[in-house]
Amino acid sequence: MTTLQSNAPTGDIETAWDRHKFDIKVVNPANKRKYTVIVVGTGLAGASAAASLGELGYNVLNFCFQDSARRAHSIAAQGGINAAKNYQGDGDSVYRLFYDTVKGGDFRSREENVYRLAQVSVNIIDQAVAQGVPFAREYGGLLANRSFGGALVSRTFYAAGQTGQQLLLGAYQALARQVHDGKVKLYTRTEMLDVVVHDGHARGIITRNLVTGKVERWAADAVVLATGGYANVFFLSTNAMGCNVTAAWRASKRGAFFANPCYTQIHPTCIPVSGGYQSKLTLMSESLRNDGRVWAPKAEADCWDSDKGRVGRKPTDIPEAERDYFLERRYPTFGNLVPRDVASRAAKHACDEGRGVSYEGRGVYLDFSEAIGRLGRDEVGERYGNLFEMYERITGDSPYETPMRIYPAPHYTMGGLWVDYNLMSNVPGLFVIGEANFSDHGANRLGASALMQGLSDGYFVLPSTIGHYLAKVGVRAKSTDWAEFTEAEEQVRARIDKLLSIKGKRSVDSFHRELGLEMWQHCGMARNKEGLAGLLERIPQIREEFWENVSVPGTSGELNQVLERAGRVADFLEFAECMALDAYTRDESCGGHFREEYQRDDGEAQRDDENFQYVAAWEFTGVGNKPNLHKEALEFRYVKPSQRSYK
Amino acid sequence: MNLTLHVWRQKGPNDSGAFETIQASGISEHMSFLEMLDFVNEKLESDGKQPIVFEHDCREGICGCCGFMINGQPHGGRPRTTVCQLHMREFSDGEELTLEPWRAAAFPVVKDLMVDRNAFDRIIEAGGYVSVRTGSPQDANALPIEKDHASRAFDAATCIGCGACVAACPNAAGMLFTGAKVTHLGLLPQGEPERYTRVVAMTEQHDAEGFGHCTNHGECSAYCPKGISLDVIARMNADLLKAQFKNRD
Repeated sequence: MTTLQSNAPTGDIETAWDRHKFDIKVVNPANKRKYTVIVVGTGLAGASAAASLGELGYNVLNFCFQDSARRAHSIAAQGGINAAKNYQGDGDSVYRLFYDTVKGGDFRSREENVYRLAQVSVNIIDQAVAQGVPFAREYGGLLANRSFGGALVSRTFYAAGQTGQQLLLGAYQALARQVHDGKVKLYTRTEMLDVVVHDGHARGIITRNLVTGKVERWAADAVVLATGGYANVFFLSTNAMGCNVTAAWRASKRGAFFANPCYTQIHPTCIPVSGGYQSKLTLMSESLRNDGRVWAPKAEADCWDSDKGRVGRKPTDIPEAERDYFLERRYPTFGNLVPRDVASRAAKHACDEGRGVSYEGRGVYLDFSEAIGRLGRDEVGERYGNLFEMYERITGDSPYETPMRIYPAPHYTMGGLWVDYNLMSNVPGLFVIGEANFSDHGANRLGASALMQGLSDGYFVLPSTIGHYLAKVGVRAKSTDWAEFTEAEEQVRARIDKLLSIKGKRSVDSFHRELGLEMWQHCGMARNKEGLAGLLERIPQIREEFWENVSVPGTSGELNQVLERAGRVADFLEFAECMALDAYTRDESCGGHFREEYQRDDGEAQRDDENFQYVAAWEFTGVGNKPNLHKEALEFRYVKPSQRSYK
Repeated sequence: MNLTLHVWRQKGPNDSGAFETIQASGISEHMSFLEMLDFVNEKLESDGKQPIVFEHDCREGICGCCGFMINGQPHGGRPRTTVCQLHMREFSDGEELTLEPWRAAAFPVVKDLMVDRNAFDRIIEAGGYVSVRTGSPQDANALPIEKDHASRAFDAATCIGCGACVAACPNAAGMLFTGAKVTHLGLLPQGEPERYTRVVAMTEQHDAEGFGHCTNHGECSAYCPKGISLDVIARMNADLLKAQFKNRD
């Protein structure tokens, strides 16, 4: 075990990023075109990084598996983006955003990174507005803000319920401009399948063209992964169907450490599962909890009856006295607005007691009748109309007439590849940005902070820090003829051939669903040692059967969606073991990682700062082998660790 | 419920393609349309047969990946609904459904129900942006924007680039898509300096891609899952006309 160094500047945190930018090396403008940078992914982090690097003069190769750069999953973010602008004059500041984020992350993030994120947040808003991102505005023409995710100040900028879409289109358009100018070469429908490491540095990637099946080699001076999170390890999540761990996991197999994989975020307000065929879960914005009241029936007869496949009385027929508004009861101060992890666990708790009200007893009510009585139907429609419409489209029920049913679902992953303050992994030349890295959210991410981090990394941090690395190593020869390219390409081809040759009896999705269910049950909202130990035995068994009995029709030399999915599920089946081991090893509860053995008398998470105030970074040592643990100690110089309380 | 699907199967852009009839049985009314296809595909896969290829990703109606014709209507014809949000309760037992890809010269078929929509990307690359560098622009609130303009710009900006407008149009025009971006950026002061060069560059690219021209049928807007108004085309045409005078030296 080694101890990892964050390379964060020492001294005063307020000036750290400015000092660092001065201290690091800068590439001579005339030399920038001599460097080639590969950026994988075109979400908020990837598109903003590729566009910014192109503007700076680097030669950029940008890849995505979707048919267009505009379709990356950042597009689906609804709520908003935080920034410490203090436009509302309600006492917000960079320091307050920093403080809230460190505390919200349950003291498992790196203070220097979080401070920089809070600082840069204000530039993001300026940048986005200059690009023409149509944020919501007040009648005076100035930008509107809302309070979000339990924050005590209004610092969230938004564009209706489509903030991610508008920010991504802004970054996509900046990217399109660079593509037009020839600074960025964009390769769509191209999936990265390996990282190539030469002389200890990341020097290229192997891709597969998803239309022709052609496997190709790409050489560069640095590789940037902006490939998103791994919530689809649960099969059912709010992520897009294509979201996967493949790029990050293959990098991990080439030596990059995977940090804190057990930190996953479960979003409390999603539409519950309605049947075994379900392919994904749909998130309903957290803003619904501002006016909606969460409850479960008190009487068992009113809950889900799996024999009958329905609930007892209709929720509208259940009198007030027979409803349990469990969030208001357990958390009188914050009520329905407690943080995501707390709300999710409370809903699970109610359902575990047998008081669920949806398919298989998984779901609770989110009721707007009180809000409609207080505000009127029109005002409620003004605030939540588009969400109510979406809900009705999916479930066939109108939230104006009957309570919504909601249940928590995997939504975001705080863990990711380990990076230092420069966003470089432990493999020199391999940078990781956005959700794919582990760095800023600790054990729990606050609402409206994902968009902020993606754009902070892509627009403002990486374009500076990558220059430091490139200037240090200088312009080097590059070639796709290196032995490492040949080896990596052969491995990629062998894996594809193997998948196609099994010709088994089970579909790819059936394995993914099986893995997902195991992960959800034993490594989901709540975990315990026994369950995790069982899971660690179960995953290799599923993996073994996969490689013996999966059915992948078709060939490799054509568009083959089953083959694409098979490769991703194969990687999830390896990665899941690392994730479960991380959860098993971390004998404490913190943020999204809730170990049932470690809770206070009131059922809240019990951290163990003495033994676990560190980043767990796992080094791959072979499939089925126990990975090596490396630690980065976390120091809290500004925000002193305390137990979160939302009572 | 049980359905009979007539699905367009085409191996690639150079294959002529044909309809194949596939029985879909044991469908639940709670499934989304794409989950129904997943269900059908899983059976095909287990039997070692080629599943039906269709594009999809977020399944929340926002990424713009999905879309094909159901009985001649883009996304199935339910107002403001992408095919991923369409549910089987809209259909009845025993129905016959014909599934086809978007039909347009500018959108060549990749395979089965999947088409190549990169023509849209090239229209944006031609000028669908504000030329601003990453760096330190002025404070975001230094330039107030009339709420009405901001709201109209937002409405135009909600386009998801799915291509239903092109598929719905008898001329296969891409003008609702192009007009939406021209309107979004043209309504904002940030987009004003390039307003007239942008509209020319984007419409020239639109024509070069082989899209047809608007003859005011309005099918595009009727089938747009985001309800983008036909006004964006009128505004684009007005800007284009003004540009003919303004851009003269």
